[in-house]
Amino acid sequence: MSIHEMTAFEIRKGIVKRQFSARDVVTAFFDRIYEKEPLVDGFLTLCREEALTKAEQIDRKIQRGEQLGKLGGIPIAVKDNICTDGIRTTCASRMLHDFIPPYDATVVKRLKEADAVIIGKTNMDEFAMGSSTENSAFKNTKNPWDREIVPGGSSGGSAAVVSAGMAALALGSDTGGSIRQPAAFCGVVGLKPTYGLVSRFGLIAFGSSLDQIGPLAKNIKDSALALEAIQGKDKYDSTSVRHSITKDYMSTIESSVKGMKIGVPVEFFDSGLDEEIAFSIKGCIKKLKEIGAFVEDISLPITEEGLSAYYIISSAEASSNLGRFDGLRYGYRTKDYSSLDQLVERSRSEGFGEEVKRRIMLGTFALSSGYYDAYYSTAQKLRARIKEQFIKVFENYDILLSPVSPVLPFKIGEKVANPLEMYLSDIYTVNINLAGLPAISMPCGISNTGLPIGLQIIGPHFGEEKLFKAAYALEQELKPTAMHPML
Amino acid sequence: MSFETIIGLEIHAELNTKSKLFCSCPAEFGAKPNENTCPICLGIPGTMPVLNEKAVILAVKTGLILNCEIAAESRMDRKNYFYPDIPKAYQITQYDMPICRGGYVDIETPEVSRRIRLNRIHLEEDAGKLIHLENSGVSLIDYNRAGVPLIEIVTEPDLRSAGEAVAFLKALKSMLEYGGISDCHMEQGSLRCDANISLRRTGQNILNTKVELKNLNSFKELQKALEHEEERQKVLYIHGEESRIVQETRRWDGEKGETVPMRSKEDARDYRYFPERDLGPVIINDALIREIRETLPEMPMTRKKRFRDLYGLRDKEIDIIVGDKALSEYFEALTACGTNPRAGANWILGSMMKLLKEKGLKTGQIPVPPEELHKLIKIIAEGRISITAGQEVFSEMFNTGRNAGDIVNEKGLSQISNRSELKRIITDVLNDNPQSLSDYAAGKKQAAVFLMGRIMKASKGKANPQLAREILEERLKQEISSK
Ligand SMILES: [Zn+2]
Repeated sequence: MSIHEMTAFEIRKGIVKRQFSARDVVTAFFDRIYEKEPLVDGFLTLCREEALTKAEQIDRKIQRGEQLGKLGGIPIAVKDNICTDGIRTTCASRMLHDFIPPYDATVVKRLKEADAVIIGKTNMDEFAMGSSTENSAFKNTKNPWDREIVPGGSSGGSAAVVSAGMAALALGSDTGGSIRQPAAFCGVVGLKPTYGLVSRFGLIAFGSSLDQIGPLAKNIKDSALALEAIQGKDKYDSTSVRHSITKDYMSTIESSVKGMKIGVPVEFFDSGLDEEIAFSIKGCIKKLKEIGAFVEDISLPITEEGLSAYYIISSAEASSNLGRFDGLRYGYRTKDYSSLDQLVERSRSEGFGEEVKRRIMLGTFALSSGYYDAYYSTAQKLRARIKEQFIKVFENYDILLSPVSPVLPFKIGEKVANPLEMYLSDIYTVNINLAGLPAISMPCGISNTGLPIGLQIIGPHFGEEKLFKAAYALEQELKPTAMHPML
Repeated sequence: MSFETIIGLEIHAELNTKSKLFCSCPAEFGAKPNENTCPICLGIPGTMPVLNEKAVILAVKTGLILNCEIAAESRMDRKNYFYPDIPKAYQITQYDMPICRGGYVDIETPEVSRRIRLNRIHLEEDAGKLIHLENSGVSLIDYNRAGVPLIEIVTEPDLRSAGEAVAFLKALKSMLEYGGISDCHMEQGSLRCDANISLRRTGQNILNTKVELKNLNSFKELQKALEHEEERQKVLYIHGEESRIVQETRRWDGEKGETVPMRSKEDARDYRYFPERDLGPVIINDALIREIRETLPEMPMTRKKRFRDLYGLRDKEIDIIVGDKALSEYFEALTACGTNPRAGANWILGSMMKLLKEKGLKTGQIPVPPEELHKLIKIIAEGRISITAGQEVFSEMFNTGRNAGDIVNEKGLSQISNRSELKRIITDVLNDNPQSLSDYAAGKKQAAVFLMGRIMKASKGKANPQLAREILEERLKQEISSK
């Protein structure tokens, strides 16, 4: 097996056992990148020099017999809305085309401390707003399973490069499904952790109360490994967990799901859902029952109101978070202005793409006086109700199963003209963000057209352990390792 | 027609914390432009605020001092607007869940004693400062002040005159200083005041359209601006043109002595307040309140009473000394050394104030330690030097930091208290002024005053005046009886 096909676990093990060096790993991955990146367009910035330097450090550690970090020598790609000290971080926006952060995001610091090798920054929908990565100001990323198909979004670049074997792991961010949906579209594992489990410090904010960083990986164990490295309290993020969680998921991941109580919300399987997806998920339910889990239908009537609450809240927060991009201190500045107001107006008009402007306007409207109660307040109330309902359900069930996306991966250009239809593809994922819950998206089948299908497992707050356990058990049944794109 | 003036104040005070409200940058004044900044207070993308607990504690302390109700749970909100002085395009402040509600400050003016109610106190961050370079079209931004913690104290419209507004602000300032809440340096902007003012016919119980006044940077400007605006509105009412009083913000132009419109209600911004989700709720439990309450220092009102009872100071003296925390502390340190309170008050209100003013120093910057001033007062009381010489010595101590004993010795200022030496000087003076002697003998008593002056001059001011007067009187008696 070539190095680029290995899982993160296997790579670390190989380095520790001196089967190959960290430098060999970086070289192998960059060879793969030079070969396949022109077909996928998953990266916005590559960091070959930095990666080689880091690899040499790791190799010296090995030579000196020192302990290697959790992610020792594992090549990882980072979504381009996560700040990397000295490395361009663009949010795939013209606005930040030349922005070089003066600091590392907490997760990046933790990756480095865990001896991970950052190999590049990945393409995304501009400011993480979108579900297809077509809103990038720079390029369209292609789905490695079919280059005419979108990789999903907004973390489309991160999902595509893992799927294409150009990175062993990747970090994405998930505000309404932005890790889980591209993971489903590209046939990889995407985890959105509990809100607060992973520090947001250094993540360029979209919806502050919804955003969460999480890993994209080739399998469940790699996902758990990555989470172990980045999770936990951060003094720079007041919304991160108060207690320091040092949960080790590996010790429980292989335990049996016998007796586990699994709920299947029927509203997540209504007429809008693609039949092939429904079929695949039913197959998973059957498998879980076979291995001893207790599965039953439940009612959770929240999907549609959740979607509107999500778009109001996320856009409102975005309209404020994106205010700072005014062309004054950093980022894009218009060439042509004669007053301060004009400078700000034109820089923003020219620097932001259409979708970003649409959401800023929506959010500004939702917060404006006279409309605040009708929109933002109402959305907050809906949100509280959704959270309550989930908490109630989790009194009786360990986890919930649902589709990730109501539709199969679609063609590039297919939905760009219809933003509403694009928003609908988030219908099964946004509620999880509104409630702050953890959820994992894992491959569970392949469509007749040869495209991956994803399954979503939702857990209670800080119930990642349960997610991994169920997902791992199912993964063993499905043997998805046999599923990778013919690129 | 008689009118009643309705005034409410909004006061911003910078809190005495070492670091800013959301990052660890120093909150101090006077650093080089943009020296006290970091990615967080510059609003660099991806950064997040972390609330400074010291600032929360000071806000609670303020609430306790001002008799407010402390919210068990309050919340930070975002106030959104575009202006280069706020790097995030929103200010983190508190909107509908402030940290303190209610409360009051008692004020005294020569006319009335009155309780002024407070509406609320909330915590927020300061903005940076724009510096417009003249005639170049260039503006520079200094973000040192961005993120410095502020409290905003909002009164009810309970004030009835410019004088009351000033009395309120003075009382508040002194309470904030006593509480260690803020430096309250109005000239540096660490205490800022905006005022809302409207008029109504006496006897009415309505609130008419109010005008907001800004740029009131001293007690004097506050007084003048309010008086001016009061007059402007009164004239409009008298001429039946009250429709021209519109809800607007007017800037006080101290040089021209008038208020000028800044912006009207129509161009008021929609700040789109909403909760700051990067910060959790601000929770204050009873235990914390108790803990803070225990650290509350003595407040000016209590101290005034104590100074009256304990030291027998006069009201006017008390107003000045206790009105200024640093002065009152200096006074107490001085009396603790053993200085007579009356003498201490005289020194502080006399020479000390004069020298502070001359040097442009604040009362917190007195260069003469109380124990050194005490030594000087003792030297004078012992008659070793005259009061006049003492003042000279004090000014020298103030300017050079040297101690009284050294200066007295070096300058040879010790008084002549030696009887025989004084007698010799007085004999010389009497011999040189026979006319005065005969004037005195003829009953012109002020001749003695003239002779005392001569004696002081002949001794270069060093003659112990009491002793000299005694000897002179003896000699004059002798002269008269011998004639
Ligand atoms: Zn700072």
